[in-house]
Order: sequence, then structure tokens, then C-alpha cells
Amino acid sequence: MRLQIKGICHSYDQVEALRDIDFGIEPGEVVALIGPSGCGKSTLLSIIGGMLTPTKGEVLICDQATPDGCLNPLTYVFQDFALLPWRTVAGNISLVLEDHGLSKTDRDARVAEVLEQTNLWDFRDAYPKQLSGGMKQRVGIARALAVRPAVLLMDEPLSALDAQTRILLLDEFAALFARTGMTAVYVTHNLNEAVRLANRVVALRRRPGTIKEIHTIDIPLAERCDGMPELVAHERALWNLIRDEAIAADKELENVA
Amino acid sequence: MSHDVTERRTESQGNASEASHVRFRATGFNPKANPIAAWGFFVVVIALWQLGSSTGFISELAMPSPVAVTKALWQLIITGDLWRHLGASLQRLVGGWIMGTVAGLLVGFLVGMFSWARSPGVAFVSALFPIPKIALLPLFIIWFGIGEPSKFATIAFGVFFPTVINTFGGVDNVQRNLIRMGQSFDLSMWSVTRKIILPGALPTILSGFRISSSIAIILLIAAEMIGAQYGIGALILAAGNLYQTDQLIAGVVVLSLLGLCVSWLLGRLDRWLLGWR
Repeated sequence: MRLQIKGICHSYDQVEALRDIDFGIEPGEVVALIGPSGCGKSTLLSIIGGMLTPTKGEVLICDQATPDGCLNPLTYVFQDFALLPWRTVAGNISLVLEDHGLSKTDRDARVAEVLEQTNLWDFRDAYPKQLSGGMKQRVGIARALAVRPAVLLMDEPLSALDAQTRILLLDEFAALFARTGMTAVYVTHNLNEAVRLANRVVALRRRPGTIKEIHTIDIPLAERCDGMPELVAHERALWNLIRDEAIAADKELENVA
Repeated sequence: MSHDVTERRTESQGNASEASHVRFRATGFNPKANPIAAWGFFVVVIALWQLGSSTGFISELAMPSPVAVTKALWQLIITGDLWRHLGASLQRLVGGWIMGTVAGLLVGFLVGMFSWARSPGVAFVSALFPIPKIALLPLFIIWFGIGEPSKFATIAFGVFFPTVINTFGGVDNVQRNLIRMGQSFDLSMWSVTRKIILPGALPTILSGFRISSSIAIILLIAAEMIGAQYGIGALILAAGNLYQTDQLIAGVVVLSLLGLCVSWLLGRLDRWLLGWR
């Protein structure tokens, strides 16, 4: 599936959040959205996912091709996991398959498949409150994979986790993207995550968010690893790109406070 | 320099010899349930009550002894009067509560979920909730007659408002991110309501059931005292008119037991539906 973001502008009442956002997302590509706090990254992701109507502009699906058995082409992975506390791990995953006319056997098969993929099989009967943050996010990923999405929309999926878990899950995300060639839009504050996972990084200016630069990282995902000098160089370049914006945004936030 | 360090070290060792434990300051504010204490309290109160009656400290006419109350209760059981009164009360209680609860849940969900229902619904509830419902019984008698329908209506009306308030409060308190998750996976509105909003609102709805069931018992007794041949309220009123205080207190004990049964049933329902907590 290929997406084209065309002339997106968005305002919340009188506050302009995004202005003239234009870029495309190619099949199999991971695009990271970075920028200072309040620059509209999550707003842009909500617009791409059809959860928010932009004030102006449109998101076009240029190529309708989706993976076999795709039930929800544009699928979210949430920062706060968004798991139903009254359902087990398997129940949370099954929930998103229940409205799509699948038989119970097919649903159970898909649930079992993603539980295996995400190493959650042993936790299938656990409730979210019994899981660590990292495990909860694994359930979030498993739930997203169960609908065989065309594009994964990930809204700071690691930001609610502790540092060690973040490193472990980042490796798992990198392996997942490298193995499946999945298309994804990945919102993050963390430049290390952006350079580990993204083929292209869209850097936004502070509010109103506009594109400052689209930075390409030409290293195959499978070859990337933590601390790789080329990635460190990309991370530094990105930091130089958004440093002034981050400082200015921080001062704006202080003024607001 | 090194002399300074040595001096400081000696000083700190000297302080260590006078060391004391850090005082624990986080005591209290953590009450725990104790079933033995709960039952023990009742036993002590009843024993003191019996002692007061036996010694003549408490007048038998004003407050019959626990033994006299037990005898009156036993008499009501063996003559079958208790079942006649209790049966009539339970019918009214269950019927009125179900009617009020169903209507309250429906309106509560509409107010909680739809903008078109929110403002009129909240205004309606705010205006009518504070009215003592028993004040409307004469009006219900005019509308529905002196028979059962007016009593059902009084109880249903009393139950309706707390149910509406708790239901729409519960719906409001469902985490928005869960609803957005459901929408982002293209779940139908019916699915989001049934699988996300209803279970999410259930804890608040169930705590509302406790309030509404207590209100239902109060209104039941009030309605039965105003116009009923059978019912625990009618029994208490008749006993009071005849100065049969042992029967009167027996009726009150039955009400207390009824309240405990309702509370136990709601507790079971709570554990069954909210076991995940």
C-alpha cells in the first residue's frame, strides 16, 4: 500500500498544529516522524490513520494492494498499549478479529500464530495487569499483526517503557520490519529509535508543524545494529537538524507553564 | 588537606556510634476488614441490649428484648404471615427495581454516548433527582390507582435516577484510548459499545446498584406504609398502631436481613462480572 500525504493542515480551535505537510510513504518503507514536543507528530499520525479529519489537505491511498487476509489496512500500535483490562492476552487479540466475519477456528488460528510470533504463547491466559510494560506492548504488537495490516501506525510505542525494555523491544521491532518488509509510520522523540528503524525520517519544525527535512538512511534494516558508526552519524545529523527547534519549543512550553 | 579528611572521618565515626534507627512514619491510613470484629460487634450489641432489657434498664414497651423479638419473628414464620408479607414486598421490590434499572441504564447510556441526549438528559436528571420520590406517590396513586402499579412506579422512579447518574458517569469514565483503539480496528459502534464501553462502565454501574437497591427498599417500605394490605411496611405500620413493638422490631430485623441479602447478591454479581479486577 502506498500513501500520499497532500497539503495537510490542521488547527485545534485557534491553535495551528500542522501546516502544508506533503510526503509519500512507499510500500515496505518505514518512515519515522520526529520533532520537538507539540510539533504535531501524533496529530499527523491520527490524520494518516483516519482518526482525525484535517482542516485542509488529504491522505490518499494510491496503491490499494494489501497483504493476504488483511482486515484493517491502517493499524495502530498505541503508546499506552490500550489493552482491555477485563480481557486476557488472547481475548485482547481476538477482539480485533471479531467484527470481520472470521469463523472462531480462523480467529483462534490467527491468535495462536501471532502469540507464537511475539513469544506470548505462555501468557495467552494472563490479564494485562499481570504483565510488565514490555509484555503489554508485545500484546499491542501481536494485536496489530493479527489483522495483517498494510501499514503499521506506531505512536511512540516505546516511550512508556523502561530503558532496558526499550532496548529489547527496539531490537524486536527492527527484526520484525527486516523480516516482514512491513510498511510503517513510526512517531518518536527518540532519535536512536528513528535511525534504527526508519528508511526515511521526516523532521518537523515546532508548532505549527511543517516539514524541515526528510532525511534518508540508506542502510538495510537487517544490517543495522545498536552503536553502528553510520547510524550514530545519522543520529547526530538529525539532532543538529532539530536541536534549535527543540530548544525553542522547550522555551515556548516554559512560557506557557 | 588529608588532615581535614581524617578529622571528618573521625567525626562521622563518632556520629555512627550514637546511631539510632530511622523512625517508621508510614503507619495508619490503611484500614483492613475483619469479619470476626464485625460479627463480634453485633453479638456485643445484642448481648448489651438483652442485658438492659433483663435488668429493666430498657423498657419492654419502648424496646422489646432480643428474645421477645426472636419469639415474635418465630411466630410470624410459623403462622405464615412473614412469607405473605415478605412475598408481597419482594415482588414490588424486584419488579420496581428492574423497571427503574432497565430504564435508567438505557437513558444513562444515551446520555453518556450521544451529544443530542447529553444536555437534555443531564438537565432532566438534575431537575428531578433531588425530589423526594415518596412525595410523588399521591400523584402515582391518581395516575395508576391505589393498587400495585403506583408502588412499582414509586420504586422504579426512585431507582431510575441514581442508575442514570451512575451509568452515564461510568460511560464517561471509560478510557477514551480504549474506545479509539476499537475504532482504529474498525469495530462497529455496537461492538465498541458492547465490548468496550459496557464492561468499562460496569464497575460504576454496579456501585450504583448498591445505592439504587437501598433507595428501592426505603421507597418500598414508605409506599407500603401509605397504602398496602400486605408487605413488610404494612406489617410494621400495623404493629406500631397496635403497640406490638416486638412484631415491629421483628419487621425491622427482616428489613435488615433483606438489605444484607441484597448486598450479598450484589457482592456475588460484582465478583462474577468484575473478577478481572
